[in-house]
Amino acid sequence: MNIIVCIKQVPDTTEIKIDPVKGTLIREGVPSIMNPDDKGGLELALQMKDKVGANVTVISMGPPQADVMLREALAMGADRAILLSDRKFAGADTLATSYALSGLCRVLDYDLIIAGRQAIDGDTAQVGPELAEHLNLPQITYVTDAKLLDNGNLLVHKENEDSVQVLEVEGKCLLTVLASAFEPRYMSVSGIVEAYDREVEVWSADKIDVDEGKLGLAGSPTKVFQSFPKAMKAPGEVHEVSEEEAVELIVSKLKEKHII
Amino acid sequence: MEKKDYKNVFVFAEQREGVIQSVAFELLGKARDLADDLGQKVVALLLGSGIKDQAQTLIEFGADEVIVVDTPELKDYLSEQYSQAVYQIIDDRKPNIVLYGATTIGRDMAPRLASRLKAGLTADCTKLEVKPNKEEELELHSTRPAFGGNLMATIVCPNTRPQMSTVRPGVMQKMQRQPGRQGVVTEFTPIFDTSKFKVKLVETIKADKQMADISEAKILVSGGRGVHNREGFDKLQALADVLGGQVASSRAMVDNGVMPHECQVGQTGKTVRPNLYVACGISGAIQHLAGMEESDFIIAINKDKFAPIFSVADLGIVGDLHKIVPMLTERLRKEMEQ
Amino acid sequence: MVCGLKPTRRLLTTILKMDFSYSKTEQLFLQMIRSFAENEVKPLAAEVDEQERFPIETVQKMGKLGIMGIPVPKQYGGAGGTVQMYIMAVEELSRVCATTGVIVSAHTSLCMAPIMEHGTEEQKMKYLPKLASGEWIGAFGLTEPNAGTDAAMQQTTAVDAGDKWILNGSKIFITNASYANVFIVMAMTDKSKGTKGISAFIVEKGMPGFSIGKKELKMGIRGSATCELIFENCEVPKENLLGQLGKGFSIAMKTLDGGRIGIASQALGIAQGALDETVKYTKERKQFGRAIAKFQNTQFQMADLKTKVEAARLLVRSAAWKKDNGMPYSADAAMAKLFAAETAMEVTTKAVQFHGGYGYTREYPVERMMRDAKITEIYEGTSEVQRMVIAGHLFK
Repeated sequence: MNIIVCIKQVPDTTEIKIDPVKGTLIREGVPSIMNPDDKGGLELALQMKDKVGANVTVISMGPPQADVMLREALAMGADRAILLSDRKFAGADTLATSYALSGLCRVLDYDLIIAGRQAIDGDTAQVGPELAEHLNLPQITYVTDAKLLDNGNLLVHKENEDSVQVLEVEGKCLLTVLASAFEPRYMSVSGIVEAYDREVEVWSADKIDVDEGKLGLAGSPTKVFQSFPKAMKAPGEVHEVSEEEAVELIVSKLKEKHII
Repeated sequence: MEKKDYKNVFVFAEQREGVIQSVAFELLGKARDLADDLGQKVVALLLGSGIKDQAQTLIEFGADEVIVVDTPELKDYLSEQYSQAVYQIIDDRKPNIVLYGATTIGRDMAPRLASRLKAGLTADCTKLEVKPNKEEELELHSTRPAFGGNLMATIVCPNTRPQMSTVRPGVMQKMQRQPGRQGVVTEFTPIFDTSKFKVKLVETIKADKQMADISEAKILVSGGRGVHNREGFDKLQALADVLGGQVASSRAMVDNGVMPHECQVGQTGKTVRPNLYVACGISGAIQHLAGMEESDFIIAINKDKFAPIFSVADLGIVGDLHKIVPMLTERLRKEMEQ
Repeated sequence: MVCGLKPTRRLLTTILKMDFSYSKTEQLFLQMIRSFAENEVKPLAAEVDEQERFPIETVQKMGKLGIMGIPVPKQYGGAGGTVQMYIMAVEELSRVCATTGVIVSAHTSLCMAPIMEHGTEEQKMKYLPKLASGEWIGAFGLTEPNAGTDAAMQQTTAVDAGDKWILNGSKIFITNASYANVFIVMAMTDKSKGTKGISAFIVEKGMPGFSIGKKELKMGIRGSATCELIFENCEVPKENLLGQLGKGFSIAMKTLDGGRIGIASQALGIAQGALDETVKYTKERKQFGRAIAKFQNTQFQMADLKTKVEAARLLVRSAAWKKDNGMPYSADAAMAKLFAAETAMEVTTKAVQFHGGYGYTREYPVERMMRDAKITEIYEGTSEVQRMVIAGHLFK
């Protein structure tokens, strides 16, 4: 079985702070990490590799600095790593990104594609389903469990707000997984020792099956109109009132904030 | 076809087990504003099996037209079945804007459709408005949080139609229901390519309300020393139940064995960032504040008006939680029933 | 004179240059070991200390990941890493739990290293794969009730009984003892020859006549199982002599040279951990209306401590680098251990002071770190022994 896992290098958003004076993001010194949901996806692929044997290829689109994340994937147990890196991809939104990834997938051999549910920098959760559509593959999103059945189909658990759907999928498909369901393994020491002796293949746009006019900015229907920091919190109010008044105050605030 | 030929604001009216979800009404409320600004109509899409008779409800919440697809294939939500049906409607009707709830259904289907339609899609929006561009055409401005909520971004689709967004549930305002409001109900019969139905629903397991991770909770009712004991926490639990939230604790109440460690908020416990954090009888030691001060909205109830918790609270109440919490619970229960 | 320049030039071009930065492999390793320490080791640290419990579950996890066999070559089942990576592991583990740090250090430096350096091919094939995978834990027995700093005063004896060795005597303060499967043990094979009459043996748990004695109740590193080893007509197979007969003392001293780099890293880790805790605390703790980190007294003292920690790190890395490159490192290891241990003691003591009353309680980890730090000035050669070693190299 050949599994492709899509991974993305992201800034660790829990480490991002706002400049209190300028109100802008401080990105300096913020570490880059493998996106947590993607890492969960890699873990699922590696578990399948452990159980039934599989060849796991990790792919990513990004700048050359993403090399270190692909080495991490190799040290965790991936068999092959490909970085799609080309100026032609610059400015891609989710549609253009998923299109480029689909061009790469088309020239690879695969039975299953796994992606993370969403990336912590954008939180869109769009690249996975968009990629599935480009490749004309069935998709299952919000996956918390997947196992191979004797008939070759996959039995998948999909987590919704109020239920878990148990789904059976036939043939090739794309799954997007939740990090919380797949605790990623650590890199092994021997994997780390070998990581820089192995190859991370860097591919440019001409190696993949795409119409170059649909890449990058040109292939992106959405544009960022503006971005701005979240409004700063106004100082709170403290009331010393009767219990009845207190309850009313709370209820009206909860309504104002649409919490109830 | 030109951009201006795409008309009307479509809302995907999500239903589960035949029950139209609250987010659908919220989207209709927002769609109503947008459509009025554009001088266009609000069209709701109602897909499912045996749901036809609910179309009128959508009209009463703001839809001018409801397109109904009522067929056994759509009984349960499955990506391909739903995507095919919605795609055919969009392809047929050429809407200007399409809104979906940012739920596991909306966020599964909308990107699938965006890719099929080569349309722009903005995820998990918290604000929508139409504004003129340089050519004086009105376009949709979708604003959403990014970078873990540290930054807000406004997204536009300058060249493509429809303009699509998934919208965070609980953010938009529903319209006041107008019983007897008039509208059109149109039935639509999609032509399914069943060869693409590769995913089969084996079973649906209803989630039981188990002890979930407090760091994932949207609403937390948290107690400190002022709660005194287990009975005190029962009052907090009742409030949390009404609000659909969970109970958390300060370190003091974990150390004395009243609450389990999984519930502890703070430096030696968990860092939480819910939409609502109700701090009851928590003085607000720095170690506790470090674990919760990023919460969106903080209500503090404490007897001591000098308690440091009030410095981070959006709303502070100086008073006895043992009286206020049960009264508040009762009041909210009535509110919810309405 | 033209030829006067020549040797210098040659030296400059041929000598290995030390790189102070972490290599890419080391950076990747640091990412892994730090997250392992934070997520798997740190949450247990207080409990391991409080209950004086050997964290066997952590050892098993480390075994699976290859942390128990970092510098062991791949053909012997190890990870094929460097000494530098191994000491980084000890530092990162000790930063959150000094007990876990010393378990790895004693296992690697004191048991696997002498087998790697002095063992026969058969011994390496027999012991290293199981040790490197963490299935077996290693220990080292040199110290005796009457042979501490004066290690030459060995009273444990090994007598040649034809097809086997018979060991008698006891060893004390043996790290990992009650959980170890393999012990490197020094014993007198010929009393008349003094230190040249000492030989090294590989003793396995369960060999007839070998037992584990009482467990020490210690001030710090309370999770490490420190016990007595008892040999009563203990039968050790002939082939378990490690290295040549009579070379035991030299093997022990070389082993301790390597071990000191491990303990220096442990001390460094403790110091770094206490420094981290103090930075965090002084930024949060407010007195007189501002964070105590804003006071110049705090800033100046912390600046000095940070400088010492960095200096210790350079000494430790330099010693490890020399070992990795096959250069003499005995004095370097002694200097690294001396300086890192004293730095650990100073940093942890001041860390407790910065924490005030809280620092004296078990609510914060700095009191444990202070207790843990003390042993680094004592075991694998006290600070006084390190000074002897350094002076020995200086005045030779």
